[in-house]
Amino acid sequence: MKNRHKLWGALILLAGLHGLVLFAGFFAPYGSAAQERELPFAPPTRIHFVDARGKFHARPFVYGLKDDPQAIGSFAVDATRIYPVHFFVQGSSYKIAGVFPSHVHLFGATAPGRIFLLGSDEYGRDQFTRFLYGGQVSLAAGLIAAALSVLLGVIVGALAGFYGGWIDEVLMRGGELFLALPWLYLLFAVRAALPLHVAQWQVFLLLIAVIGLVGWARPARLIRGVVLSAKERNFVVAARAFGASDAYLLRRHVLPQTYGVILTQMALLVPQYVLAEVTLTFLGLGVGEPMPSWGSLLASLQQYYVLSSYWWMFLPAALLIPVFLAYYMAADALQERLKTVPL
Amino acid sequence: MRYLTRRVLNAMLLLAAISAFSFALLQSAPGNFFDAMRLNPRVSAQTVDGLRSKYGMNQPFPVRYGHWAFSVLKGDMGFSFSYNSPVGPLLWARARNTLLLTSIATLLAWLLAIPLGIWSAANKGRWGDRACGFSTSALLTIPDLLVFLILLLLAVRTGWFPTGGMISTGFDNFSFWSKCKDVAVHFALPAVGLAVVTWPVLVRHIRSAMVEALESPFIRAARGHGIPRTRLLFRYALPAASNPLISLLGFSVATMLSASVIVEVIMSWPGLGPLMVQAILSRDVYVVVAVVMLSSVFLVAGNLLADVLLFVSDPRIRVE
Repeated sequence: MKNRHKLWGALILLAGLHGLVLFAGFFAPYGSAAQERELPFAPPTRIHFVDARGKFHARPFVYGLKDDPQAIGSFAVDATRIYPVHFFVQGSSYKIAGVFPSHVHLFGATAPGRIFLLGSDEYGRDQFTRFLYGGQVSLAAGLIAAALSVLLGVIVGALAGFYGGWIDEVLMRGGELFLALPWLYLLFAVRAALPLHVAQWQVFLLLIAVIGLVGWARPARLIRGVVLSAKERNFVVAARAFGASDAYLLRRHVLPQTYGVILTQMALLVPQYVLAEVTLTFLGLGVGEPMPSWGSLLASLQQYYVLSSYWWMFLPAALLIPVFLAYYMAADALQERLKTVPL
Repeated sequence: MRYLTRRVLNAMLLLAAISAFSFALLQSAPGNFFDAMRLNPRVSAQTVDGLRSKYGMNQPFPVRYGHWAFSVLKGDMGFSFSYNSPVGPLLWARARNTLLLTSIATLLAWLLAIPLGIWSAANKGRWGDRACGFSTSALLTIPDLLVFLILLLLAVRTGWFPTGGMISTGFDNFSFWSKCKDVAVHFALPAVGLAVVTWPVLVRHIRSAMVEALESPFIRAARGHGIPRTRLLFRYALPAASNPLISLLGFSVATMLSASVIVEVIMSWPGLGPLMVQAILSRDVYVVVAVVMLSSVFLVAGNLLADVLLFVSDPRIRVE
């Protein structure tokens, strides 16, 4: 595969995934907290075109569910009634990208039919809906934390590389401290230093701050390396000789040379930090119910009966793979393209 | 020798800095173990204050750090409020379990990765190498959590493996042979899980180090002399490629320890991970500090070990 194709493929995949998550309200058929208590752990709903009598329907439809007489606690398909699937249906209200109120959903089954693309959880909440809304939390956490880390890395790395001397020594020794701790333990330590029981959005901000603050050392090291070589380039030395100030030199000549490293680092750090959020939440140290996140979607798998009986509870975890794949592909392609320092 | 002394001193300083840093971080945490007691109407405020002063929580920071550092040197590593005992004895058994698990997993991962990496580098560009590259990148994108959960599912569904713990009940009465078998069966899943998670990165690094070694001029010269391929690979190229791999061994301790936390929680392995998560949730600060310290000791020790190995294997470093 050509590098250009790889990069574009990764970018398109990323744009699609992020669009899906950003407009979760539109793509998801239900609200993120909507429960259907009668249908806990319903299996993924199959979309049909041909009904039980062999008649073809141009409009796709779904069947309802009834209690399975053979196995208590599970459901069987009730093929007596069909519920057609409609597009652009009116449903629960939400805000488009968090701003404009709307209540149009991309698809939905005629009530009382229900459409659970990835099945439902123990409260009968649609897993697909929760996956999309959970992405808002997890991806935002990953993106903002990565931006924070890289920003800190740029500041520290630029100062250390540009000024050298004792500043460099102090900053890089501090970085060594952060690199010398296994990152998950460090993450735990910082998380332990913060309050446990606060409002959900505060937990979310705390998580971002923790993850972002813990990871600054690696980007700082890489950026310091680039700055070290960048400030010795002839045109930078010439600009300095013409009397350019440090701030001007950094902004105009040195930092632009680090863009490649910054982009690659972002692409590498985002999936890592999404995973960090998922792990913390999975272990009960992140955001909690009712706020969905990719970590809390997986947390129910810690119970053996969920793990062994309901295979569709694994689907959200499996859907993380394309997200990570897209980011790694982008990082890979960027790295090749920009010929930056390999990790 | 000066090289080694410098490395050891550096490691010591680093550990001292980490101890101060993590202690300060955890001491500045809002809320403490006794806050939950304040909510209990049957515990008077005087009792809570008494407990606080008993454990020295109302003393200034340097004093507390001094006390703590002293107890670390004694081997107590502070006092656990929720276990009502010094942290040290709590820690050693769990640290042993974590170390056992991670070292077996490390061994497994390297034993699998080295032959594959070498083979892949020797067949660079052919379909075998491509398939290997593809499968390692595919494995890289699978989240650790998912790997561990799938292994747990395997244990729950098939019943071939225990779903958690390190020994079965009634372990003390087993014969020696069944004791060994019991522990091995308990080790299988967590160790395989950890190996699977760290393995793809290792293969990639080994491959790239070998490719670099194989493309260097002295290998071409050796090939020109008609030295057989196997001998060329193992006797000539592998030692030349070993330097970055030894450093990688030091670094991989960190990845292994982090992944180990997750696997320990999921498979209820009696190691440091579950202890730490519990301690964070109950605000048992000294346990958290001790686990963080211990994990960084492991990591620093891993890097030090890599330095020593480099010193032994590479004459260039000895000359410097």
